[in-house]
Amino acid sequence: MPVLARWIEASGIPTVVVTMMPAVAEERRAPRIVGVEFPFGHSFGMPGDKAMQRRVLELALRVLAGAAAFGTRVDIDIEWPVPLRDAYKAWQPKEASPIVKKLLATWGRA
Amino acid sequence: MIVDSYRFLPRSFRPLYEGKGPFPGEDAPVWAPFQKRLQASRIALLSSAGLYLKASQPSFDLTREQDNPEWGDPSWRSIPSGATASEIGVAHLHINDEDILADPEIALPAHLLELLAAEGVVGGATADHLSVMGYQDRSLEGWRLETLPALVAMLRDRQADGLILAPA
Repeated sequence: MPVLARWIEASGIPTVVVTMMPAVAEERRAPRIVGVEFPFGHSFGMPGDKAMQRRVLELALRVLAGAAAFGTRVDIDIEWPVPLRDAYKAWQPKEASPIVKKLLATWGRA
Repeated sequence: MIVDSYRFLPRSFRPLYEGKGPFPGEDAPVWAPFQKRLQASRIALLSSAGLYLKASQPSFDLTREQDNPEWGDPSWRSIPSGATASEIGVAHLHINDEDILADPEIALPAHLLELLAAEGVVGGATADHLSVMGYQDRSLEGWRLETLPALVAMLRDRQADGLILAPA
């Protein structure tokens, strides 16, 4: 996704990436980054929590329009309102993805 | 407050992401200045949650990914800004899709963006937004050569002044 942002930016359209892994987006050289400490699949927050979603979207708009330089990263200070152990389990698919299955099999053989 | 980028990632997967640096040839800064005032700008959204319209669009190809775990469907879908939760499907093997199906705004906040446009926070939202399926790191060439030109053409056609991308 950060590299897709780079390519679209290079075509002349400003971009911002809203991501659970802002450190990775920095390493992959995304132009503008908003970091959220949310479980995967929840870029803009909790389902049904319009206030939380609005805080994230408004910050993304501010960074998109107001960042002064390449590599600008702003993290949002919202704590996920579910205990970590529960949230960690909840975001994961019921069945491991194909690539995860393959990796686990590879690691199991190592 | 600095976000912990690995808080929700299984510990054994962290080395797959951390310290990898940029992709080859993707180190140099790229920068398109945001020229207009936000109040005069039209904004588009892009989600990699594999969203599609159940009634009128094919799902992303999950069968081929099951057969070939290194492959991810590089195609894309256009999601009208007025699409409702009951119309949207999710094709993504890497996340639990229950929350997105219940409230697609957590992946693609199209209705919220329309609200901000109505309030004058932004000038407007594009009439439709972009959906892709994530986990493409292993097949970037397909994306660059096929998906990217189509996405850029649509953004230009819709006169988008800026794009918010949200990985799932």
